[in-house]
Amino acid sequence: MEDREGCQVIVNLRVNDEIRSAVARPADTLLDVLREKLGLTGAKPGCKNGDCGACTVLVDGWPQKSCLVLAVEAVGQWITTIEGLKDTPIQRAFIEQWAFQCGYCTPGFIMNSHGLIQHHPNANDETIKDWLSSNICRCTGYREIKDAVTSVLKEK
Amino acid sequence: MIPIDFEYYRPAAADEAVRLFQQLSSQGKEPVYYSGGTEIITLARINLFQTRAVIDIKGIPECSALAFQDQKLVLGSALTLSRIYDSNVFPLLGEVAAGIADRTSRNKITLGGNLFSRLIYREAVLPLLLTDSVLLIAGRSGVKQIQIDRIFDRTMQVEKGDFVAAAMTDLNYLSMRYAAVKKRKIAEIDYPLVSLAAIRVDGMIRLAFSGVCAFPFRSRLMEEILNRGRQPLKSRIEEAVGQLPAPILSDIRGSAEYREYVLKNVLSESIRELGGA
Ligand SMILES: Cc1cc2nc3c(=O)[nH]c(=O)nc-3n(C[C@H](O)[C@H](O)[C@H](O)COP(=O)(O)OP(=O)(O)OC[C@H]3O[C@@H](n4cnc5c(N)ncnc54)[C@H](O)[C@@H]3O)c2cc1C
Ligand code: FES
Ligand code: FES
Repeated sequence: MEDREGCQVIVNLRVNDEIRSAVARPADTLLDVLREKLGLTGAKPGCKNGDCGACTVLVDGWPQKSCLVLAVEAVGQWITTIEGLKDTPIQRAFIEQWAFQCGYCTPGFIMNSHGLIQHHPNANDETIKDWLSSNICRCTGYREIKDAVTSVLKEK
Repeated sequence: MIPIDFEYYRPAAADEAVRLFQQLSSQGKEPVYYSGGTEIITLARINLFQTRAVIDIKGIPECSALAFQDQKLVLGSALTLSRIYDSNVFPLLGEVAAGIADRTSRNKITLGGNLFSRLIYREAVLPLLLTDSVLLIAGRSGVKQIQIDRIFDRTMQVEKGDFVAAAMTDLNYLSMRYAAVKKRKIAEIDYPLVSLAAIRVDGMIRLAFSGVCAFPFRSRLMEEILNRGRQPLKSRIEEAVGQLPAPILSDIRGSAEYREYVLKNVLSESIRELGGA
């Protein structure tokens, strides 16, 4: 991070295995910088208050609500957005299990589920429920999303 | 978008953070310590938090400690609630912490941030109060060790410019029998109607509460009443609830009457669970 003209700084972020630079304010959230400065619009703004999970990305492998992270805070960490996942088992499972309708919540759910599968390949129902409760879906009944996660865990 | 602008600092040592705080204060920048940042970000976004400089404490080694030292568990104030839960080193604290917000938010919310939260709940303080934990406070005169009940009175009472670097808890407490119950209105993720943490120490039950009054507390007077073995449990609970330190909250989550009903049930269940009936 370098100082530039008072309130603006150059932020070098490691996103999806690339170093990306943006001029941003220290008060800009990671969500806003990803979307507006880096053109990565996969992480969705919903509540911007930490409640809905639509903005979830992975930071050093852990799900984080990018509306609750400052971009400057994420310097030096590995950030993965939905654009960084390519044909992963959880993406295929979301299609096979009909785990989305309008799709707005889907990137957030997929990033959280991907984090869960990486950290807890043997996750029990309680852990799955605990992690998935971080995200809100207005269309599905959640059942299909849970089925998508459990189908990948079973394969493992 | 956060409508205010602030500078961001990430010191690598506690004394550097304290010096920065003094320096930025003297420049009129009203600095604040920044830990998980979830509350600072969400309040600043709606213009309820003002500052011109934040000092991120996550780069300070003491703040991210998770270690056993001289018969004590040391937990850095910048540890996330998820990390504390996953480590399973302090099961009562882990369980109370796991009831706060949701899993992904807990990957960011920290122990120190919860102790200093402007919201009235600050649930992570309950286990620390019950276990006479000692806080490491960094300030102008170096690092002080202060037992939590000497600086927590409804809110944390530290001097301006001081911050909590870590909490230390005697290892003996970590394996004691405990109960942790959080009752919410409906949803599984919500602020508490009643949050109770209890621990059995040498045959006596200690209890601390959040969500009942407008601040979290541990009451020695209520403990004295609730531990009177010969009096029937129901009458002990009636008497203890009459000694709450402030009026019972009445809000959108529940009226005072409903909260009192829930509190009595939770007390009865927890005391029975810990063998104090
Ligand atoms: C979705 C959601 C649900 C929630 N539900 C609950 C709940 O059920 N129960 C509950 O108790 N809370 C709940 N909270 C509140 C939450 O616990 C607090 O907002 C959070 O603890 C703040 O932690 P943080 O690490 O992000 O703090 P920050 O935003 O970094 O800081 C919060 C305050 O503490 C000060 N501070 C931080 N660390 C230190 C330190 N080490 N020394 C001195 N001052 C410090 C900061 O200056 C600031 O004023 C919820 C929050 C969210 C987002
Ligand atoms: S937009 Fe981040 S949690 Fe809703
Ligand atoms: S698919 Fe529409 S919000 Fe989840």
